[in-house]
Amino acid sequence: MNLLTAVIFLPLIGCLLTLLLPRENEKLVRQFTLVWSLLVFVISLFLISGVSSDQRPAVPGAFAFDVNFGWIGTPPIRYHIGIDGISLWLIILTTLLTPICVLISWSYIGKHVLAFHAFLLLLEFGLVGVFCALDLFLFFVFWEVCLVPMYFLIGVWGHDRRIYAALKFFIYTMAGSALMLIGILFLYNKTGTFDYPAVLLALQRGALTYPEEMLLFLGFFIAFAIKVPMFPLHTWLPDAHVEAPTAGSVMLASVMLKMGCYGLLRFCLPMFPTAAHNNAGWINVLAITGIIYGALVAMVQPNMKKLVAYSSVSHLGFVVLGLFTFTQQGLDGAVYQMLNHGVSTGALFILVGFLYERRHSLEINAYGGVATPAPQLSTVFMITMLASIGLPTLNNFVGEFLVLQGAAIAQFRLAVCASIGVILSACYMLWLYQRVFYGRASEEVTHHMHDLVPREALAIVPLILLMVWMGVYSQSFLPPISAANTAALAGIEARKELRVQNQPALLASLREFFHAAR
Amino acid sequence: MLPANFMPSGEDYLRFLPEMILAVVGTLIMLLDAIRGDKDNQNPLYGYAALLALGAALGAALGGYSHLGPAFSGMLQIDGFATFFRVLVICVGILTVLSSFQYLKRENAAAGDYNALVLFSITGQCVMAGANELIMIFIGLEISSIATYVLAGYLRDDKRNNESALKYFLLGSFATAFLLYGIAWIYGATGSTNLMQIRELLATSHESGILIGTAAALMFVGFAFKVSAAPFQVWAPDVYQGAPAPVTLFMSAGPKAVAFAVFVRVFFTAFESIGARWEPFIWASALLTMVVGNFAALTQTNIKRMLAYSSIAHAGYVLVAITAHNQIGVSAVMFYLAAYALMNIGAFAVVTHFSRQGEQYVNISDFAGLGWKQPMTAGLFAIFLLSLIGVPLTGGFFGKFYIFQAAIDAHLVWLAVLGLLNSAVGAYYYLRVLVVMYMQDPSEATTNVPPLGAALRTTLFATAFGTLLLGIRPSVLLDFVRSSSTFGK
Repeated sequence: MNLLTAVIFLPLIGCLLTLLLPRENEKLVRQFTLVWSLLVFVISLFLISGVSSDQRPAVPGAFAFDVNFGWIGTPPIRYHIGIDGISLWLIILTTLLTPICVLISWSYIGKHVLAFHAFLLLLEFGLVGVFCALDLFLFFVFWEVCLVPMYFLIGVWGHDRRIYAALKFFIYTMAGSALMLIGILFLYNKTGTFDYPAVLLALQRGALTYPEEMLLFLGFFIAFAIKVPMFPLHTWLPDAHVEAPTAGSVMLASVMLKMGCYGLLRFCLPMFPTAAHNNAGWINVLAITGIIYGALVAMVQPNMKKLVAYSSVSHLGFVVLGLFTFTQQGLDGAVYQMLNHGVSTGALFILVGFLYERRHSLEINAYGGVATPAPQLSTVFMITMLASIGLPTLNNFVGEFLVLQGAAIAQFRLAVCASIGVILSACYMLWLYQRVFYGRASEEVTHHMHDLVPREALAIVPLILLMVWMGVYSQSFLPPISAANTAALAGIEARKELRVQNQPALLASLREFFHAAR
Repeated sequence: MLPANFMPSGEDYLRFLPEMILAVVGTLIMLLDAIRGDKDNQNPLYGYAALLALGAALGAALGGYSHLGPAFSGMLQIDGFATFFRVLVICVGILTVLSSFQYLKRENAAAGDYNALVLFSITGQCVMAGANELIMIFIGLEISSIATYVLAGYLRDDKRNNESALKYFLLGSFATAFLLYGIAWIYGATGSTNLMQIRELLATSHESGILIGTAAALMFVGFAFKVSAAPFQVWAPDVYQGAPAPVTLFMSAGPKAVAFAVFVRVFFTAFESIGARWEPFIWASALLTMVVGNFAALTQTNIKRMLAYSSIAHAGYVLVAITAHNQIGVSAVMFYLAAYALMNIGAFAVVTHFSRQGEQYVNISDFAGLGWKQPMTAGLFAIFLLSLIGVPLTGGFFGKFYIFQAAIDAHLVWLAVLGLLNSAVGAYYYLRVLVVMYMQDPSEATTNVPPLGAALRTTLFATAFGTLLLGIRPSVLLDFVRSSSTFGK
């Protein structure tokens, strides 16, 4: 039994086992899910030693824990999975957050407990699968499988406008993935395979004309950009985040958004390097717009969850910016920033959830002076907030620094513009903290507010420790990421050089494509 | 044409065995019903007899696979394609009979005629599946249609049933007339009604282009009506909504699938050589059907009507595969129709169960909170709906995937893009049912749902199993479908 396959399928088995438990015994369901997801987490830790941190550029298509066997005969669809440094930490992030989500839902989720936990495990199955799949069809399957549990998590256990948010989330992603499916089919038509390394190889041999590459790039890019989400395709995100239950928000922000970033890095850039290069200009402009726009909108939000949601738009702008610099630093920073965002924004959502459980409001106005009745809660919130701002010695600093460095290497003005976002993030976060935790505590706040209970502390402390660890000693995490990125970049550069210089501009190539189609 | 001194051989009868079994048992049931009179007319005996006949016919159809070939001087062509559709419609028949036991009892309707009519309809459909001759197609279509017209109005005291049956009958006859007129034109132009002969004649002669074109257009109208393709889809919502729920279940799966089979067979054999001329029309019809079906379904409040529009949309997807006009397209049509039959029968079986006496609860809002009141039924319903949306690991997804693969293969990139975006729109109305079932508080309709009967439970589990199987291991069907997507072999 391959270790990676076990990590993918154990959550699914857990999901099926949960369904067998007695529905009335909610405590048993929670305990079972907690133990099971912790078990998956522990097993997933063994993946670390299997992934190489070797800096030498690896052969494209060399993945650890490679499993490859036929699933469907014709068309040839294979169960092909494997990981490298990019996917490794994302998988561990997923398996870490699942037990934490069980913990934070212990008292938050009161109805349909069994179904909630079953969906949570199903979601974990889909998410881990997305990060492992090396067959385009398989990737698409996992990609879509994630939608269903998240749809239910938002729609059943969410707040007042949950149904609207859930539908919007589903339809938005579905429309994007329709384009991706066409892209996958088109690639299959050109290369005769769904197997990712084989597709890459065929593309290296020039299976596509440039206009085709351009259109395929755009198809995949839009699908991933919706998921990231990139400005101006981000509008589903605030709705989904605000309406989702805490665990849903955490999984959505910390892991699901990374599906989009991961897709860009894993598929979009290596498969269509020339198109990616030629489009990098406007994509970076959009990324920076997202960084600044997200931060500005976050500043004026009266609702805490919405504020954190818009801050996500801002942070993920950094990730996309890093990716489209095509520099080692930029890529490393982008991947590191994915993890940072997962840890710190996940923690922010958890803490906002704690506040909500006490006061039953997400409006910032309803709070003030929380630090007095709940000092521990304020402290962890402070650390998380500082991490999110990007204070040195905490995790986000490392990622943002690397991204800005990469941007500066690519184009200095990009780095200048992006750094405005860093300043703005300090503004909205500090202001939020000030309004919620400082000042005089009103009667209602003191009445409702109590400090962290041990269960809550257990959920949040690992994330706090991780923020410090990732900020102080990034060497524990970066080497495998760098190794994978070096390999990816080498592949991208090699492909780029093969292309004739002097590519036709986007419009000209589109025109050419339509002529050919006619 | 048959020679004057034609004597059918044993082989001929063997290849015609399923139809014979069904027709004989159907007649016997009718006789038995007449002998027994009105007393005890809901006896499940009729249903068991029908099941037995269908089981035997299924065996005969499967057994016939080892004796492929023409029957009755080439009037029928029992090839892999025919076998596939015969097995499919017989399975649809079994599931229909299983879903009807409870319903007939509940509505106090006579079981004898009902089951006999189902058997006759399937007889006609089996004939259509194997027909290699325009006249045989017409005969099969009439046998199937007339039985279905009667079924649509089976509860004769129910106003909705009457409306449904009348509309179906009038419009259906009108469409059949078009088909028949097309057959007459083609006979006039080529002097033959045999599909293979027509193909050869058309491939060699270039004259009478208008004649052939008109004939193809007229026949397209007839088929488009039967498969509810736009712009000939208007009847479907009213008829599906008005007919008894298990009959709607049957209509949306059996007659539709086999009408597609004949459509494909005629256009891919007889009209093969003028493909370039009909492809644009089917392209347009496919797009229009998807758009009309999906967008009209968005605003429906009645679940049967919503599923009727959804069934129009799904016909559009199948037409995409036909437009592709390649061998993958044919396999995709076959695979999709099987997957569609399973998921749609499942969905309608839930509606049959839930609607209760007199079909009082057929509004989508009535399903509120079903997910928590009857987790089993609702969970199965959710599987069918997700499959209709096209979520991976269900048959609906793989079918769609395969259809669009055929389209891309035929360079129909834009049709594929529009089709898939359409299916994103379509997700909305299925999701709305899930919303109602899981995200709203129970309504009075969901508080006292009776337990599932054994027969209906069998239908639900069988279809859900099939839906998931086709999504997880599509090869079980795919390999067969791929090997039998050519005609006359």
